[in-house]
Amino acid sequence: MRKGSMSGWGEFVVETLVRVAGFSAIGFVLLIFLFLLREGVPAFFEVVPGNLFGTRWYPTFDLFGTLPLVLGSLLITITAIVIALPLGVATAVFVREVAPNWAREILKPMIEVLAGIPSVVLGFFGMTLVAPFVRQVFGAPTGLTAFTGALILAYMALPTLISVAEDALDAVPRSYRDAALAMGATQWQTIWRVVVPAARSGIVTAVLLGMGRAIGETMAVMMVTGNAARMPLTLDSLFRPIRTMTATIAAEMGEVAQGSTHYHALFGIGIILFVLTFVINLTAASALFQKRRRGGLR
Amino acid sequence: MFRKDYRSPSLMKYLILGCLLLGSALALGGCAARPATSAAGSAAPIETIENKGSDTLVNLALAWAERYMQMHPEVSISVTGGGSGTGIAAMINDTVDIANASREMKPEEIVAAEKNGFTPIEWVVARDAIAVVVNPTNPVDGLTLQQISDIYTRKITNWRQVGGEDRPIVLLSRESNSGTYVYFLENVIRLGQKGNETLFAPDTLLMPSSEGISAEVRHNPNAIGYDGLGYVTSDQKMVAVAVDASSPHVLPSIVTVNDGSYPVSRPLYMYTPGEPQGVVKTYLDWVLGDGQGLVATLGFVPLASRQVDK
Repeated sequence: MRKGSMSGWGEFVVETLVRVAGFSAIGFVLLIFLFLLREGVPAFFEVVPGNLFGTRWYPTFDLFGTLPLVLGSLLITITAIVIALPLGVATAVFVREVAPNWAREILKPMIEVLAGIPSVVLGFFGMTLVAPFVRQVFGAPTGLTAFTGALILAYMALPTLISVAEDALDAVPRSYRDAALAMGATQWQTIWRVVVPAARSGIVTAVLLGMGRAIGETMAVMMVTGNAARMPLTLDSLFRPIRTMTATIAAEMGEVAQGSTHYHALFGIGIILFVLTFVINLTAASALFQKRRRGGLR
Repeated sequence: MFRKDYRSPSLMKYLILGCLLLGSALALGGCAARPATSAAGSAAPIETIENKGSDTLVNLALAWAERYMQMHPEVSISVTGGGSGTGIAAMINDTVDIANASREMKPEEIVAAEKNGFTPIEWVVARDAIAVVVNPTNPVDGLTLQQISDIYTRKITNWRQVGGEDRPIVLLSRESNSGTYVYFLENVIRLGQKGNETLFAPDTLLMPSSEGISAEVRHNPNAIGYDGLGYVTSDQKMVAVAVDASSPHVLPSIVTVNDGSYPVSRPLYMYTPGEPQGVVKTYLDWVLGDGQGLVATLGFVPLASRQVDK
């Protein structure tokens, strides 16, 4: 009897702790969003919309055009995913479907180590090695370009992309592979015609999570993209400098006068970024949810 | 419901355990070492001065503080960077005794200070020459202020137009919140003309640090940049600057800044919340007097001309 009540108490305490921890995550997100709104929303009243969504970002002279920053972020994020997607899926396929056991045991932890490299290290690597390479190979006037940023971002998104894509492949039932092989398909045909298509919603999730990682990245991007707030509208924009939302906030927040229009505008960019990331994550979550619901796969 | 992803949880466990052990060992070591140092440190100083602000000035401010504390062990001065705006904001909120700034206080910052009940006082503590730098392989040796302005507003886009090779010009600048940026814009790009609304060309690369500028100038033969004289390394080439086409091109140095022949130099400031009292006053007097001897060793220009004026 005594023993029973003791373990009941313990269970109650642990349960409460777990519940508080779970709810606190939601609470923190809400609080952060409220703080963002409080600091950022004034920007939408203080700056006329024509200026706020204009094409020139010169905050020192009251020009708060966020358009080049939003487009800059989108350009490098999308380019990064275009680079990382084939690489990531191919790696996931190799690790899960092709590699012998011993190679998989080495590759998996190695890929996870990739995720642990600090972004400032990658930024420094990009600035001193990748940038000169991009300038010489692609003949751009400077190596600090959107493309350089996208290369670094692709590298940073890869670990997430590979791990999630690999889980998706792993979730494809063995019976699918057996059936394909039994019907005379080669291993290559089984992988590309059966396994990968069956895992596609998981791969979409992987891509979206990779995007979420890439769009929010700051330090490395700030170091390699040149931070010029120009509109990336011409064809050569990929090989010209751009400025992202994250780099703008990071570079300017340190010296901005608190409570000024510029300060609110930076938080306004934060709101735009938060909404973009939120939409991406929400799409990823719903893709994941659909995958769970579909009976065939799980 | 949940699937295990890791095939070898035992390996993970050992890793985590190892990290925990290492962490706690470090923490213990830190705790053990701490009392000794704090006991030694807390014995002497009675008066403390908090000094915060401009990253341009931080090395100089540190050198001053260290030398002063050697001579006056009863005073403790703590110096931190963070930027001119950060330092001034801290002074307005009365959390520091002296704010360092590489630009003048903005009108709204002065208003904020007065709202808190004091008038900030400005002290020019040194001068800084802004050097225009290019890649060492660039044959261009001298530019006029007008040419630099035209380059930064994209009226000149190729090095050929100013006597160099046939290469596109890549513009480098510090971030827009740096005091150096504002000074360069007002005095070089706008040529010091009031009411001139010219801005940097939109495709100017804004580098987050001096190191960013020096790395790009070092690697890229197309680049032109500017930075404080103290931050120019030997692998960048300084360009001699002329006021106009008829005057001589002058390289920046302590001599040329002090005799006024180098046209691009600016004052560096310290701000105090109201008239300084006690140790802060003694310290500032020393900075403006004997402390000037340290200025040149850090690549800045001492206030020689000012002392001659007095």
